[in-house]
Amino acid sequence: MSRLQVVSGKGGTGKTTVAAALALALATEGKRTLLVEVEGRQGIAQRFETEALPYEERKIAVAPGGGEVFALAIDPELALLDYLQMFYKLGSAGRALKKLGAIDFATTIAPGLRDVLLTGKACEAVRRKDKSGRFRYDYVVMDAPPTGRITRFLNVNDEVAGLAKIGPIHNQAQAVMRVLKSPETAVHLVTLLEEMPVQETADGIAELRAARLPVGRVIVNMVRPEVLDAADLELVRTVPRAAVARSLSAAGLGGARRGGHAERLVDPLLAQAEEYAERHTLEHEQRAVLGELGLPLHELPLLAEGMDLAGLYELATELRKQGMS
Amino acid sequence: MSPDPAHAQDTARRLAPARVLDLDPLLDDPGTRIVVCCGSGGVGKTTTAAALGLRAAERGRKVVVLTIDPARRLAQSMGIDSLDNTPRRVKGVEGSGELHAMMLDMKRTFDEIVEAHADRERAATILANPFYQSLSAGFAGTQEYMAMEKLGQLRARDEWDLIVVDTPPSRSALDFLDAPKRLGSFLDGRLIRLLTAPAKLGGRAGMKFLNVGMSMMTGTLGKLLGGQLLKDVQTFVAAMDTTFGGFRTRADATYKLLQAPGTAFLVVAAPERDALREAAYFVERLAAEKMPLAGLVLNRVHGSGAARLSAERALAAAENLDLAADTAEEGSDPAVEPAAENLEDSRIVDQDGGKVGLRNSPDTYGSSESPASRPGPPAPERPSEADQPTGAHQSVEQLTAGLLRLHAERMQLLSREQRTRDRFTALHPEVAVAEVGALPGDVHDLTGLRDIGNRLAANRPELPEAAGD
Ligand SMILES: Nc1ncnc2c1ncn2[C@@H]1O[C@H](COP(=O)(O)OP(=O)(O)OP(=O)(O)O)[C@@H](O)[C@H]1O
Ligand SMILES: [Mg+2]
Repeated sequence: MSRLQVVSGKGGTGKTTVAAALALALATEGKRTLLVEVEGRQGIAQRFETEALPYEERKIAVAPGGGEVFALAIDPELALLDYLQMFYKLGSAGRALKKLGAIDFATTIAPGLRDVLLTGKACEAVRRKDKSGRFRYDYVVMDAPPTGRITRFLNVNDEVAGLAKIGPIHNQAQAVMRVLKSPETAVHLVTLLEEMPVQETADGIAELRAARLPVGRVIVNMVRPEVLDAADLELVRTVPRAAVARSLSAAGLGGARRGGHAERLVDPLLAQAEEYAERHTLEHEQRAVLGELGLPLHELPLLAEGMDLAGLYELATELRKQGMS
Repeated sequence: MSPDPAHAQDTARRLAPARVLDLDPLLDDPGTRIVVCCGSGGVGKTTTAAALGLRAAERGRKVVVLTIDPARRLAQSMGIDSLDNTPRRVKGVEGSGELHAMMLDMKRTFDEIVEAHADRERAATILANPFYQSLSAGFAGTQEYMAMEKLGQLRARDEWDLIVVDTPPSRSALDFLDAPKRLGSFLDGRLIRLLTAPAKLGGRAGMKFLNVGMSMMTGTLGKLLGGQLLKDVQTFVAAMDTTFGGFRTRADATYKLLQAPGTAFLVVAAPERDALREAAYFVERLAAEKMPLAGLVLNRVHGSGAARLSAERALAAAENLDLAADTAEEGSDPAVEPAAENLEDSRIVDQDGGKVGLRNSPDTYGSSESPASRPGPPAPERPSEADQPTGAHQSVEQLTAGLLRLHAERMQLLSREQRTRDRFTALHPEVAVAEVGALPGDVHDLTGLRDIGNRLAANRPELPEAAGD
């Protein structure tokens, strides 16, 4: 199991949610995971229902079975200041730079710089060891940018190619690349069973592969439960209305004769079943497309009551059951 | 249509405190020149923009729709999948109006600005500049800036009486308003100028602190970014400066367009917590900026033709059927004893109570859908009872139980959506709302867009559901 787990996917498909659940799932007994956020949106804090995270690793949850989850919201400006401090010993001049807007300026005109700082921090956490030589974190899970930007984001070497050819940033990029292109890393993609996210997943995988970045698994999120099976759906098209009316009546929903309560439920209920059938067909097609990607597939249920902390633990348990940890 | 009175009361309660957004008068008003569809990502802005454009055109106006990142099939069906960054007339539009559509190409739009403001040689230099290339290919805010820019260009051409704009798929609806200025300020910023011409400006500024800061900054940034990148930025800024009135000025000009009379904003949201939270921020911001909000389009709202049967009752009934199936295995068949239609029956089904006589007619049932449900197609021909093979009983019972569970799920979804919506209405009772039902599949042709347009406009205040307020 790779120690750096990167979670990407189309916007809104559940990257942050899945990353959080995965961090919980991987924190089995005695293990420590670090969940990192790179887009400055405080999505992790929201998922764990805690206050905004500072640029500092802190424990945010205890996983089922006793493992621990830490979280870090990486701030590229502060990360850059750290670097400058480390390599150029700027002292208080560092703060002056920040005040002048130079840090913001640098990370803006060179988006590659920003990305290498973000990935660099995550890779540093992957490699960090404590005094006894044990890895500080067993796993690092990254809530990464969406599919459309993930390859560029991770391919930092290419990104910083236009920057200064010597100095800490270049060395950093090389070190990051060594981790990201190794089996130590796996990039997972979250999708829904809908045409656009599935298409984006297929495109994203092709791009990642072309850049020789290690693709991990596909996680289908928000999967609706199967209420009607294939036989039911077949029957929906042929069943006499009167038979359904009688069944409804037998279930205690009123009269089956024309105009009776049960009878009047038949059309709307069958219409809902036809909508379900239509969606079922679309989902079936998308599953087939995903099946052709040749990657392990996982499915997470749509939590009908909406997401909350309990839901997050539920998804984590599901991921464990499906062998993702 | 003569809606079922009891049901009308039902929907009146559903829509009660919110005002109803009537879109046709907005689209028909010759004073409406720009409609901006905004909202957070993934809520159906592009579809809404295209559907409104089509509807306005079919109601006689000459319309152009500026779409951003449309789904491939939708773009194909509108004939705008070629990336030439200019509006194309859409075929298949009915009526006397015209629909033109285009898909924003942000890099092309930026290139065009450069080409329009510089002579050929200088333009070539800028286009080849590496910093310009990364800027135009997707800097934070470039897409928003270029969307505004394109809107300004379309408006300036004055060839259309209505422009419908889609906005970039940002995570926050506010980005559309803020990103262009942010990018503009950055490119016109003092820092970029000081940095790129430190000798000239630093001296004039005459501030010691700045000078010290400058040399430290250029030194550090030079080490970090490399001299080449800084030089590229410098050449780019210098080249743009002499030809172009300034990024910020331009962004401000388009921003003003958004405040001008004739512009209307529509906030698009799905009935989900996050999307409506974003919508609320946006509504507040528009008010602060004195930008006219026409209303909220609540997209993908679910409905049910059997909204009076509650989730709990449906589930209980499904369990009855399961139980009966279990007993049936032991020999008896409960389905042969249908429950009598009696008073108890109405107690079970009728949540409003007491109006059984009024709506106990099979003819009116079909028109009593909740606002979001599909105007259902005519029921398919079904075989008569006689065609049914004997022994199919069991599976019909099973299917019926399934239908009831499906319905229970639908009703739970309905009430969740309603709660989310109520929270928004409580915060912003002044905002008029139009609902669009959730379609089971994607919309990817004119017929689908027309359908959405009909649903958007079906939120008429004179319908009985609004009569209650
Ligand atoms: N399995 C699920 N069941 C129910 N709701 C879910 C599930 N997964 C995610 N959600 C909800 O879907 C929404 C989007 O999820 P999330 O924020 O994780 O997506 P994202 O891909 O990180 O989005 P973004 O692209 O904006 O970062 C949230 O409201 C979340 O609570
Ligand atoms: Mg997220």
